[in-house]
Amino acid sequence: MIRSRSWLPIPMLSLLLLVVWLLLVRSLAFGQFLLGGALAIAIPLLTYRFWDVQPSVKRPGLLLRYVLRVLGDIVVANFQVAWLILNPRQRSRPHFVEYPLMLEERFTITLLASTVSLTPGTVSANLRMDGRTLLIHALDVEDDEALIEQIRERYERPLKEIYEC
Amino acid sequence: MSFYVILEAIISLLLIAGGAFAFIGSLGMAHLRDFYMRLHGPTKATTMGIGCTLVASMLYFGIADSEPVVQEILIALFLFITAPVSAHLLAKTGLHLQLKYVDKTRGHPVELQEEEVGQTPVPHGSPPDRGPITLDKRPPSQ
Repeated sequence: MIRSRSWLPIPMLSLLLLVVWLLLVRSLAFGQFLLGGALAIAIPLLTYRFWDVQPSVKRPGLLLRYVLRVLGDIVVANFQVAWLILNPRQRSRPHFVEYPLMLEERFTITLLASTVSLTPGTVSANLRMDGRTLLIHALDVEDDEALIEQIRERYERPLKEIYEC
Repeated sequence: MSFYVILEAIISLLLIAGGAFAFIGSLGMAHLRDFYMRLHGPTKATTMGIGCTLVASMLYFGIADSEPVVQEILIALFLFITAPVSAHLLAKTGLHLQLKYVDKTRGHPVELQEEEVGQTPVPHGSPPDRGPITLDKRPPSQ
């Protein structure tokens, strides 16, 4: 939670909101600046209590590589899931996997859970209250150890390098 | 062949691929066996379907109107942020309600074990149907 009593509790969010508003209306008119500015001030003031302090990006180059890798994996994931759905023999082997988390910050855990949901055959189902394990439902898995190892090497270690080290 | 013919072909292919992926995702909802497996269709295939459609839209309007296209990127961004979160919440709700899953599912998460709520232990496999949720039950006297 961010504790602040200033007019702009989260300056980056305000800037982002203004830019997104201007991009959405596709106009740079003065009135749109005024409306977007009002929203950019009002929304953070109403919601800053729900915000966690976000860790800073320590290695932007790695983040870019991570985003590209996830985009590539999303395409692969889609073909895999499409094939599983269309396959008439239904050879899917669903599996609940307990994934032991190495990450500690809540923001990075959220990123990891979202990545897991978007990438091949896995949906993150539950984050345990202690923040130590993530419950993952996998659609078709041969070996759960291999799946855990794959997520660890492909997603969690880069995230840890980008944000926490 | 002119440039525009090739461009039109690419855009058409993307639109067809987008439609196909969205359809397969929806088919998964009807076709897969249990709640947790059905979640996989809409989170992935639908994301890809809309992604293809958005790329086609960016190509068409980017070249036909020769304006920079940003709204499609914003839509994709919102989609990538919201799709995993809604899937996670749905899965969590499913666990909370202890929805049944197919027998061949391996792994037996604590959330779906009956011992958690102080009832008799169940053997490894799909939990028995618990009937309606206890909150909905009225006391028999009323």
